[in-house]
Amino acid sequence: MIAYLGRRLIQSLLILLGVSLITFALLYLLPADPVRQIAGRSATPETVENIRRQLGLDQPFIVQYWHYLARLLGGDLGRSYIQRSEVTELIVSRLPASLLLMVGAILCELAIGLTMGLIAAVRRGTATDQTLMVASFVGVSAPQFVVGLLLLYVFAVRLGWFPIGGYGSWRHLVLPSLTMGILGAGWYARMMRSSMIDVLRQDYMRTARAKGLARGAILFRHALPNAILPVVAMIGIDVGVFMGGIVVVESVFGWPGIGQLAWQAIQRVDIPIIMGVTLVSAFAIVLGNLLADIIAPFIDPRIKLR
Amino acid sequence: MRRFLASTVAASALALMLGMASARADDAVDPNIKQGGAITITYKDDVATLDPAIGYDWQNWSMIKSLFDGLMDYEPGTTKLKPDLAESYEISPDGKTFTFKLRHGVKFHNGREMTADDVKYSLDRVTNPKTQSPGAGFFGSIKGYDDVAAGKAQSLSGVTVVDPYTIKFELVRPDATFLHVMAINFSHVVPKEEVEKYGADFGKHPVGTGAFKLAEWTLGQRIVFERNADYWHKGLPHLDKITFEIGQEPIVALLRLQKGEIDVPGDGIPPAKFQEVMSDPEQKARVVVGGQLHTGYITMNTTMAPFDNVKVRQAVNMAINKDRIVQMINNRAVPANQPLPPSMPGYDKAFKGYAYDVAKAKALLAEAGHPDGFETQLFAMNTDPNPRIAQAIQQDLAAIGIKASIQSLAQANVIAAGGDKAGAPMIWSGGMAWIADFPDPSNFYGPILGCAGAVPGGWNWSWYCNKDLDAKAAEADSVVDPAKSADREKMWSAIYDKIMEDAPWAPVFNEQRFTLKSARMGGADNLYVDPVHIPINYDNVYVKDVQ
Repeated sequence: MIAYLGRRLIQSLLILLGVSLITFALLYLLPADPVRQIAGRSATPETVENIRRQLGLDQPFIVQYWHYLARLLGGDLGRSYIQRSEVTELIVSRLPASLLLMVGAILCELAIGLTMGLIAAVRRGTATDQTLMVASFVGVSAPQFVVGLLLLYVFAVRLGWFPIGGYGSWRHLVLPSLTMGILGAGWYARMMRSSMIDVLRQDYMRTARAKGLARGAILFRHALPNAILPVVAMIGIDVGVFMGGIVVVESVFGWPGIGQLAWQAIQRVDIPIIMGVTLVSAFAIVLGNLLADIIAPFIDPRIKLR
Repeated sequence: MRRFLASTVAASALALMLGMASARADDAVDPNIKQGGAITITYKDDVATLDPAIGYDWQNWSMIKSLFDGLMDYEPGTTKLKPDLAESYEISPDGKTFTFKLRHGVKFHNGREMTADDVKYSLDRVTNPKTQSPGAGFFGSIKGYDDVAAGKAQSLSGVTVVDPYTIKFELVRPDATFLHVMAINFSHVVPKEEVEKYGADFGKHPVGTGAFKLAEWTLGQRIVFERNADYWHKGLPHLDKITFEIGQEPIVALLRLQKGEIDVPGDGIPPAKFQEVMSDPEQKARVVVGGQLHTGYITMNTTMAPFDNVKVRQAVNMAINKDRIVQMINNRAVPANQPLPPSMPGYDKAFKGYAYDVAKAKALLAEAGHPDGFETQLFAMNTDPNPRIAQAIQQDLAAIGIKASIQSLAQANVIAAGGDKAGAPMIWSGGMAWIADFPDPSNFYGPILGCAGAVPGGWNWSWYCNKDLDAKAAEADSVVDPAKSADREKMWSAIYDKIMEDAPWAPVFNEQRFTLKSARMGGADNLYVDPVHIPINYDNVYVKDVQ
């Protein structure tokens, strides 16, 4: 177990290093000059060159990357080109909002997805099953931008149940979580359905039925715990999907998380922020996967870490 | 559309020169307007910085103006210069020395009195390369600028503190735009002790002399401005508080405005909802329309064949159906025939430009040796409505035989292509177009049409360089005497007329501003389309529900 963890940690670090190198190289190769973005329209060529020199952007690629890495090891992600604030400060101030949204989204997708999957499995082959599976398919394929605006329009503007975007109370959290959750719920519904069908086919289920147990007891005490575990173990892997989703959802709802920060930075070619958010997301994804692997054997003793 | 009264500027500036500082009458703040109330303004993007030496986008520009002051400013809602922190000023007969008398008793938000030393410190700071100010170049006419810019000196030798309330500027050349330079944010006055206290984070902890002070800044969520009770300009500001909510999509902001939750959507009316808003009489009544110091244009690279032939460039000018393009963007603009926008001093009302005439355009193209047209590329920014406008231009060009392929790219990439001499034959400027830094005709020349901008990484994407016009521009800018400003404007009009003869651009339209406000917002319409304050003039507006 320890050896396994050590190996995985080294792998994770290598992945992060690779991500940093690739992102840095892609941003370096962009046919857009960040210095001119900073300097603005009226800057003289002299001002532009001066800013370039001070940011170290006149150095060759490898030197720039080396400096970045050196600072990174000291926990310094640099200063935003446009906002001129420390990237660490910008990310730290926005991280709690993104984490909160992630928790909300996980709750939504589990609640909706597992319920849908359970009902579909029990009613396998019926119209209910088919309707739910079509619904899950729509949930998976609907663009989050559209889902978000639709929810906003119906529940906030027309019905007035929730605030129109923003951040602060649990009521602000519902619609963005739901928007994020609907996508995941589609996946979970499908996984839950097949996992449940698998379990229901097992011999011990037939035994339970033969014993004359009540239908509710069979489903909730014997089938559900076995069917749900492999599905829940997927949450760690979900982190990657979330990181993509928050860019869109946070923008629609005005949610002050790192997705919104990333989107703005991309539009303004604010390289230190793009690098920072990419690394933090990569870290979250690597960590999520690692956790998923570590908890897998606790959930299903048939899995062994080697 | 507001009309600029050139003669008024001349007259008022002259009056001030004669020492009539009392002519200000403190801008005649209406004593009947009661102070109080709070408003909410939304923005999609984070506010970059509130440091006046650094902030240079339309969003923080106006916010900085409310936190800080400069020696000069503009009459609210107009392009008319007036002294601000200065009480009066004098210009030497050769136009090379400007002496400003400062107002007494002006206090920074930290309580300390502002003096001439602070003015000098602020200018030394903005020109110091370490500050990385995008506006350093505006101060190039001050003596000693070159040494500071090169890092050889820490202080501008041409700026002298005569006494705590008098400051003198010596210039290397007469500069008619100098009073405007003293009004742009980059010259706004900052207190040394606060700058040193916060260092690179001063932009997050701004302390100035302005009408408002920063009360709260929660990153990514909101910025709150609170009324500066000690503001030197008695009677201003009218509002007690302004809350800027950050991170709101324009479409969400509009929905919130309709529910009465906010007062001004800072990013404007989203294009997709524009017609809906304008066709609803109740909402339309709350829209203020005004001109903007903006021109949208097509550049033609004069160093690349076949655009090195003036006839080809003129033919393109005649081929563009500007009315149709203006219609396409829901009439949110007016067709343009010259580089300067109509609200800019020096705009030539008599100038007719190139009329839309396909037959004549074809004939010119044939004369230029391209009877069957040619193939070329049109670069455009990839956000709506620019790709649609580029397609309309493409169709217009096709009608005279020019087959243009569209390169629809991110803003930074288009800017990079324009700054490369062999990068882009044609560029539609939408989304990156020139909005003046200050309301003076010279501001549309140097960087975008003059030889100085025709360098790698420059903004003169036509690569048009006419040395003769550069000399004429320098001559016009040496006419410093405000009494002769009408003559100076004529000189500038002539320069732009000559540019249109050479046709490095095809001017397409001048964007109009449409500011939507809540029913409770009060104040003259021109405060909501103020040429130097976007979206609105925060210091002078008020709310009706406290009246």
